[in-house]
Amino acid sequence: MFVRLVYESFRRQTRRKVLAGVAITLGVGVATAMIGVATDIGDKINRELRRYGANLVVIPQEDTLDVEIGGLNLKPASDGAYLDEAGLPKIKGMFWRNNIVGFAPMLPVTVNAGDDGQMTLLGTYFSKQLSFGKTDFVTGVRSTHPWWKVQGAWPNDGAEDVLLGERLAFRLNRGPGDRIEIAGHLHRISGILSTGGAEDDEIVAPLALAQQVLGRPRAVRRIYVSALTKPEDAFARRDPKTMNAAMYDRWYCSPYAQSIAYQLQEAIPNSHAEQIRQVAQNEGVVLSSVKGLMLLITLAALFASALAVSAAMATAMFERRGEVGLMKALGAGKISVAGLFFTEALLLGLMGGLVGFAGGALLARLIGRSIFDSEITIQPVLLPLILAIAVIVTFAGSALAIRRAIELDPVYALRGEG
Amino acid sequence: MLFRAAILRRGRAASALLAMVVAAAVVTTMLNLFVDVQAKLRKEFRNYGANVVVVAKDRQTLPPNALNKVSSTLAGRGLAVPFAYAVARTSDGRSIVVTGTDFDQARKLNRWWSVTRWPTASQQALVGVRAAALVSPQGKPIDLNFGGRVVHLSLAGTLQTGAAEDSRIYLSLRDFEAWTQTHPSTIEIAVSGAPEEVSSVMQKLSETLPEAEVRPVRQIMEGEARVLGRTQATLLATAILIILTATLCVLATLTGWVYDRRRDFAIMKALGASQRLISGFVAAEAVLLGALGAVIGFGFGIAGAAWIGRANFHAPVVPRFSVFPTILAGSVAVALIAAILPIFLLRRVQPAMILRGE
Repeated sequence: MFVRLVYESFRRQTRRKVLAGVAITLGVGVATAMIGVATDIGDKINRELRRYGANLVVIPQEDTLDVEIGGLNLKPASDGAYLDEAGLPKIKGMFWRNNIVGFAPMLPVTVNAGDDGQMTLLGTYFSKQLSFGKTDFVTGVRSTHPWWKVQGAWPNDGAEDVLLGERLAFRLNRGPGDRIEIAGHLHRISGILSTGGAEDDEIVAPLALAQQVLGRPRAVRRIYVSALTKPEDAFARRDPKTMNAAMYDRWYCSPYAQSIAYQLQEAIPNSHAEQIRQVAQNEGVVLSSVKGLMLLITLAALFASALAVSAAMATAMFERRGEVGLMKALGAGKISVAGLFFTEALLLGLMGGLVGFAGGALLARLIGRSIFDSEITIQPVLLPLILAIAVIVTFAGSALAIRRAIELDPVYALRGEG
Repeated sequence: MLFRAAILRRGRAASALLAMVVAAAVVTTMLNLFVDVQAKLRKEFRNYGANVVVVAKDRQTLPPNALNKVSSTLAGRGLAVPFAYAVARTSDGRSIVVTGTDFDQARKLNRWWSVTRWPTASQQALVGVRAAALVSPQGKPIDLNFGGRVVHLSLAGTLQTGAAEDSRIYLSLRDFEAWTQTHPSTIEIAVSGAPEEVSSVMQKLSETLPEAEVRPVRQIMEGEARVLGRTQATLLATAILIILTATLCVLATLTGWVYDRRRDFAIMKALGASQRLISGFVAAEAVLLGALGAVIGFGFGIAGAAWIGRANFHAPVVPRFSVFPTILAGSVAVALIAAILPIFLLRRVQPAMILRGE
C-alpha cells in the first residue's frame, strides 16, 4: 500500500517532481563540481607555481664560495668541486621521483671567444633524453626554467650549437645562424636567448660542450631541481637526525622541500641539496591563500545550493496541502502521512543526488581541462557523502512544509485555505 | 491586495523570497570577490620579491641620486632597495663578494631570507651560511681587505636563502660606501599593481634614469601572470556556475509558486478581472519580490565577501556598491520571467476548468 502510494505519487505528479528534482540535481551538480575543483586546486596551482622555476638546488659538498656579481663569474675556473653527471638519472629513482617535474644541471665556464674577449659559457641540458632503469624521461631547462625564451631554435643536446644571451648578442651584433668562436672552434648560434637574468650576458651551450671546454668530462657545478612540494610546517623543519624511526619514516615519506632535498643528497654522491627559499617559501603562501579562497567559495556555494534546494522542496511540499487534507480526512495518521512525504523526499534526494553527482563530475572535468589542461577527477568516495548531504538538505527543506501541512485541519486544507 | 497576498501566503512567499535572497547574496559575494581577489593575490605575490631591477650600464655604478629618483617615480606604489657590490679579500686571501644594502628595506623586500639576527649597529655584518662556514665558523669578528683598505667587522647573524646570497657578506650601505667608496650598481624594485601599471612604472623609470637599464624580472612576472590567470579563470567558472544555479532555482521556485496560485487567478478572472490586470498584479508582485530579495541579498553578499576576505587574506574586501544596480536589475528580471511564464501558459485556460481542478 505504502509503496504503491509513493509509486503513484511519482507517476502522476511528474511535473511537480521534475521541478524539485531539477533543483536538487543542479544543487548537487554544482556542489560536486565545486568540491572536486576545491580538492584538486592545490595540486593544480602547485604545478602552475613550478613556472617560477626550480625550488631546490644541489651543489657539491666541499665547494668553495661563489664569487659572482650580476652574473659575472670571478671564481677561477680551476677552483671548486664538481658533481658527477653520471649520478643525475638517479634523481628519477628517488622515493618522490613522481614529484620531480624536471631538473637541469649547470656548468659555468669562462671561455676565450677569440676577438670577442672573455665570456661565460653555461653548459646545461635543454631537453635531454635520459633513462633510469626502464623509465625514459626528458628533462632540462625547458621544463625547469619555463620563462626562458628563444628567438630562433633551441639547440639539440647532442649537437655543438649554442644559444647567445640577448644582451651579449646585441653587443656582438650576432643573430641566429651566425657563428661564434669558442675556445678555438667555431660554433653555430641556433638562437638568441632571453631570460631577464644573468644568462642574457652569457653563451648557453649543451653540457657536453662546456665539459669539453673545461677539460673535465662528466663535471657539473650545480643542479636545479623543480619539485612539487607540500607547504612547510614545523614538522618539516625538524632535523631528521633527532627523529625516532616512526617519525623519520613519516618525514621521509612526506613531500616537504626538506625531505626531497635530503633524498637528493642520498641520490647524488658528495652533494648538498638545499631549497631555494625565494621560490620554495613563497609557494606555500600563495598555495594556501588560493586553496583557502576556493575552500571558502566552495562553502558559500554549498550553503547557497543547500538553501536553494530547500526553498524548491518547500515550495513543492506546500503545493500538496490539499492531498494531505484528503489523506487525513480518509483517516491517515500523522506518522504515515509524514512517512510518505519523507520517503518521497528521500527518493527525490537520492535520484537528484545521483544525476547531479554524475553531472558535477563531468563539469569538474570540463573545468580542469579548459583551465588547467589536465583532468580533475572526482573520488568515488565522495558519492555517499554527497548523497547523504543531498538527502539531509532535501529533508530539511521539506520538514517545515510537511509539518505545517500535517498540523493543518483537513477541512481548511481541502477548502484551500491556510 | 499585494500586501494581503503576501500576508496570507506567507509560507510560500517566504520560501520564494529566501531563494531570491540567497541568489542575490551569492552573486553579490562572487562579483565583489572577483574584482578584489586579484588585488589581494597580487599582494601575496609581492612576497616573491623584486619584479623590476635597475642596473647600471657597463658594470658602472648608478648616479648617487638614482635611489631618490626611483622612489619619487614609484610614489609609494612599491619598494626600492639599493645593492652595491665589491669583491674583497679575507685575511687568508680568499675572494668574497661583499654587498652593501639597506637592511630595513631588504628585509621587507626579501621576506624569504632566513636570518638568525639582523645587524643593528654599524660595523656589523650579515654573513651568508656558506660564507660563514668558511670565513668564520665560530662567529669571530673578521677582517676584510678591499684595495688596501681593511675593515674590521663583527658578525650579527647568518643569512640563508639557497641562492647566491649564501656566499656573500652583507653590510649596511653606509659602512660599505665609507669603506670601499663604491656606490650601488643595482636597485631591486617590487612594483605593486597589475602588469600594465608595472610596465608604465618601468617606462617612467627608463625615462628618468637614461644612464641605467631597467629590466623586468621575467621569472617573477611570468609566474605571477600565469598563476593569477588560472586562479581568475577558476573563479570565473565557479561564479558562472553558482550564478546559474541560483538563477535556475529562483526560476523554479517562483514559477511553481505562481503556477500553484492558478485558482486565485481563476477566481479573479471569474469575478471580472481582465488578463492585463492579473498579469500586472503578478508582475508587480514579482518586481517587489525581486527588489526586496536584491536589497536583502546584497547586504548578506557584502558580508559574505568581507568574511571571505578576512578569513583568507586577513584584510576585508572593500564593498563595491557599484554592482548593486546590476544585482537589482538581474533579480527583478529573473523574478519577472519566473512570474510571467506561468501566467502566459495559463492565459488561454478557462477559469471554470481551473476552479474545477482540471
